[in-house]
Amino acid sequence: MQHLWLIPVLPLLGFLLNGLFGRRLAKGAVTAIALGSVLLSFAWVVKTLVGLGALETAYIERYFTWFQSGDLRVGADLSVDRLTAVMLLVVTGVGSLIHIYAVGYMTHEGGYYRFFAYLNLFMFFMLVLVLGANFLLLFVGWEGVGLCSYLLIGFYFLKKSATDAGKKAFIVNRIGDFGFSLAMLLIVITFGSLDFGAVFPAAASKPESTLTLIGLLLLLGACGKSAQAPLYVWLPDAMEGPTPVSALIHAATMVTAGVYMVARSSAIYLHAHAAQEMVAYIGLGTAVFAATIGLAQNDIKKVFAYSTVSQLGYMFLGLGAGAFSAGIFHLVTHAFFKALLFLGAGSVIHALEGEQDLRHMGGLRTRIPVTFWTLACAWVAIAGIPPFAGFHSKDAILLAAHHHAPWMYWVGVLTAAMTAFYVSRAMFLAFFGEPRGHHHPHESPPVMTAPLAVLALLSLAGGFLDVPKFLEPLFPLSEGAHDFALVAISVVAGLAGIGLAALFYVVKPGLADAVANALGGLYTLVYNKYFVDELYDAAVVRPVETGSREALWKGVDAGLIDGAANGVASIARATGGLLRLIQSGNIRSYATWVVFGSILVLVAIGLVGGGAR
Amino acid sequence: MPASLWPSWAEMLRFLPEIILTVAGTLIMMLEPVLGSRSRRGLGQFALAGLSAALAAAVVADGSPGPAFSNMLVVDGFATFFRVLVLAVGILTVCSSYPYLNREGASSGEYWALLLFSITGQCVMASANELIMVFIGIEISSISSYVLAGYLRDDKRANEAALKYFLLGSFATAFLLYGIALVYGAAKSTNLAVVRAAVEKGEAPLLLVGIAAALMFVGFAFKVSGAPFQMWAPDVYQGAPAPVSAFLSAGPKAAAFAVFLRVFMTAFQGVSDRWAPVVWISALLSMSIGNFAALRQSNLKRMLAYSSIAHAGYVLVAMAARSQSGSAAVMFYLAAYALMNMGAFAVVAHVAGKGERYVEIQDLAGLAQRQPLTAAALAVFLLSLIGVPLTGGFFGKFYIFKAALESRLIWLAVLGLLNSAVAAYYYLRILVVMYMEEPGEVTNGLGPLPLGLKAALAMPVVGLLVLGIFPSGLLDYAVKSAKFW
Repeated sequence: MQHLWLIPVLPLLGFLLNGLFGRRLAKGAVTAIALGSVLLSFAWVVKTLVGLGALETAYIERYFTWFQSGDLRVGADLSVDRLTAVMLLVVTGVGSLIHIYAVGYMTHEGGYYRFFAYLNLFMFFMLVLVLGANFLLLFVGWEGVGLCSYLLIGFYFLKKSATDAGKKAFIVNRIGDFGFSLAMLLIVITFGSLDFGAVFPAAASKPESTLTLIGLLLLLGACGKSAQAPLYVWLPDAMEGPTPVSALIHAATMVTAGVYMVARSSAIYLHAHAAQEMVAYIGLGTAVFAATIGLAQNDIKKVFAYSTVSQLGYMFLGLGAGAFSAGIFHLVTHAFFKALLFLGAGSVIHALEGEQDLRHMGGLRTRIPVTFWTLACAWVAIAGIPPFAGFHSKDAILLAAHHHAPWMYWVGVLTAAMTAFYVSRAMFLAFFGEPRGHHHPHESPPVMTAPLAVLALLSLAGGFLDVPKFLEPLFPLSEGAHDFALVAISVVAGLAGIGLAALFYVVKPGLADAVANALGGLYTLVYNKYFVDELYDAAVVRPVETGSREALWKGVDAGLIDGAANGVASIARATGGLLRLIQSGNIRSYATWVVFGSILVLVAIGLVGGGAR
Repeated sequence: MPASLWPSWAEMLRFLPEIILTVAGTLIMMLEPVLGSRSRRGLGQFALAGLSAALAAAVVADGSPGPAFSNMLVVDGFATFFRVLVLAVGILTVCSSYPYLNREGASSGEYWALLLFSITGQCVMASANELIMVFIGIEISSISSYVLAGYLRDDKRANEAALKYFLLGSFATAFLLYGIALVYGAAKSTNLAVVRAAVEKGEAPLLLVGIAAALMFVGFAFKVSGAPFQMWAPDVYQGAPAPVSAFLSAGPKAAAFAVFLRVFMTAFQGVSDRWAPVVWISALLSMSIGNFAALRQSNLKRMLAYSSIAHAGYVLVAMAARSQSGSAAVMFYLAAYALMNMGAFAVVAHVAGKGERYVEIQDLAGLAQRQPLTAAALAVFLLSLIGVPLTGGFFGKFYIFKAALESRLIWLAVLGLLNSAVAAYYYLRILVVMYMEEPGEVTNGLGPLPLGLKAALAMPVVGLLVLGIFPSGLLDYAVKSAKFW
């Protein structure tokens, strides 16, 4: 026994202690509990993985039968295989670093204990998500991380925009969860089990149409959680949450749950060609679409948020192209450099006392050098400059895409160029040129910069962790040769992006505005994020609201049968007397409805259904 | 015919819960005039003791299952399940009513007596094996409920609610009675098993049986507030005192579903191809009307009323499955639903304040800061109503839609799941107001939680978490009991 259960339960304990007693505890105690639980969990992960050795096959611990209904048995089982091992290290490792950083970042904020209680709860659910040995436990984690995410997005609840963003994340994710639940039910009906160990080996013998349907529904779930088109709209708004939350939940871990889930279900996708194709299309489409939006954003966190959406798209492209291990590889390196970008952005915001607008920054390179140099490491990593982390994983995806369909490779390269451009733009605007704000920036304390340094190291060297090789027992490596020309082209694209950004924002600062003006409508379109929010509002939100108000509430409830739109008592108060009440027509119209409905039921059951004898 | 008209002891034992309840209720009525005003307050505790004793009796009776009173009643797993459920609902109702009535200054013995009588009726419904007993049970339960809804005599809203409930309820009962009469005419019996055999052997004219099924469907659909016979529910739940609304939405509804299920799965089993499509449509209508109308509500009680219509719709989905696992899903869901709805209404009763002045969603603003435990309890109920994992509501929905898919009701399952996605929105609004807004006038002036309400919140929270984490026990029992053949 490796006592896998300890890995999620430790943060849960942290949550319970801080959640129940945090209000009365000293700040130091809250910190110790929050950090200690996550660090211990990380240590236990390392100890477990060392103890498990090569891990050629999945290691499963079964605790008890969760429930049994007919032939369906679902156990409280945790399992570790190589995919889980990678996820565990990322979640607890990067998670620990972000927790440490948050101690410094949140120190002046109200609700300190509440913040860390939620954060620990998030870790619990995230670890359940990756450790669960069946779809139902995965779903428990899935819903749980979502819940924590809404709580943390709305953490600054005095800001209305934060509350709204939390609500939006919740609603959009419900659409995805609808897909996931339906997929899960279909899996039960088709396979008679929810255990990964029973479902995946049996996938080959099931009809492709069913598998395709399951695959598409799972993809819908993944699109919600991992912010893929058309459900990506919640993620940019989620930046209303505190920055460590953006780094942990909305960059490094939770949003990659969809990628993990699709990779986990690779056996289904491999036998559902159309569904897998769809994964690639959605991924590629989101990657390029979000990257274009990122080009024109002025809020530093929004730039990185669209970048996250776009990079997640890359991962899906990898999965869809059949290179599951490349997708997971990018998940890992992305966790390093994107967490670093967000934490660095947080450090910048911290230094400027809350300023997030790139147009009001500038010249920070010398003022906050540690932040700058660590962010620079993330910069070269995401831009795909060899030999840094992003280069290796992005390359693996692009090569797989080329093997799958060459045009996808070219679109991917274009996206890589745009990625390099918008990150460079943010860097140049923030750190180079003349200071444009009236701030007195101060470097962040070591408790914040130390995690930055570790992540910087990982962003530089993380690419040499050969994740695809490690995952080979699960996902056979695709045969495609390592084509040097293709690699060179993508590197050149990245360099071109950086160069163009340098030209626009360092060499000839006026050029950017000139180009924006020249592009006119196109720029406005991109600047306003293609008006997707407005489109959804007009096409979905407003019709549902008006529909339920006009047709259902006013029509069915208040108008047709109630007749008292202002609530029940209005009539009683106006007329008084029970006798008048009976005559108010109100009840008569209800009775009319009963008669009307009864006639329908009578006709349906008595006369129509089946031939009368 | 039995040898003797005097029932055997075994039969008496099977009927013991109803006997205890009736005796306790009658005693309360007789004791009240002779007691001083101080000891009158103890009547609530007496009612609680009566319900607990009946609960124990119901559990004991499960040990010796079988028919009673010339096959009029039957004690089987199904009956025990629902008897225990409505008795538990009764206990929760007493817990939340006690502080409520004290606050309103309306404590009196008749309230407890009416409650006990109503639950007696529901116990009879749960164990009815005979259409006449179905009818008698429904009447006992309903008539007491009508009075309970209008219990606060000086409250106009409550009066209106009671009157509407009474008039429309009687109307619906008439349909039911017509249906029973037609069944008797067609099958020459009102015993469920005999009717079923007559229908299956083709002795009863199908047209007549079909019409009878339709009429009884109307009656039952009204009692469970299934569309298109749901319109009374919002007015009644909004107008009635909060603990009574809680009771109405859980006890009578569960008992009505019990007879609905038993009658349609036995007597009308032979014509199930005819009624299944109607249940299908009714399920979809209930879910859609309930959820979309709830989106627009600002009044908590009215919103919960629409949500209860929607939840009746989910249960109807499981009924439309016409299978053992579907019936088990109905049972499991009703148990979870009773807990979460009772709990939610208990919070409403607490926050509403004297005279129920504060029943708007906005009145909950900042509850999490003022009374974190109350808010946490309501959060559990709401998450369960949404159907989030680790709560009973999740497994309830899971079993329902699983049963629907097993019976190839694919579109109904899809539409139902979409509906529950929509529903999340209006429950979320409450969570947001509670956790993400500054405390307002109402929450700032909120008194401490009385003991009774503490119990009325703690028990459902524990119950829902147990059902969410260890659902097996209850589900196994439900599956075992959901056999009607």
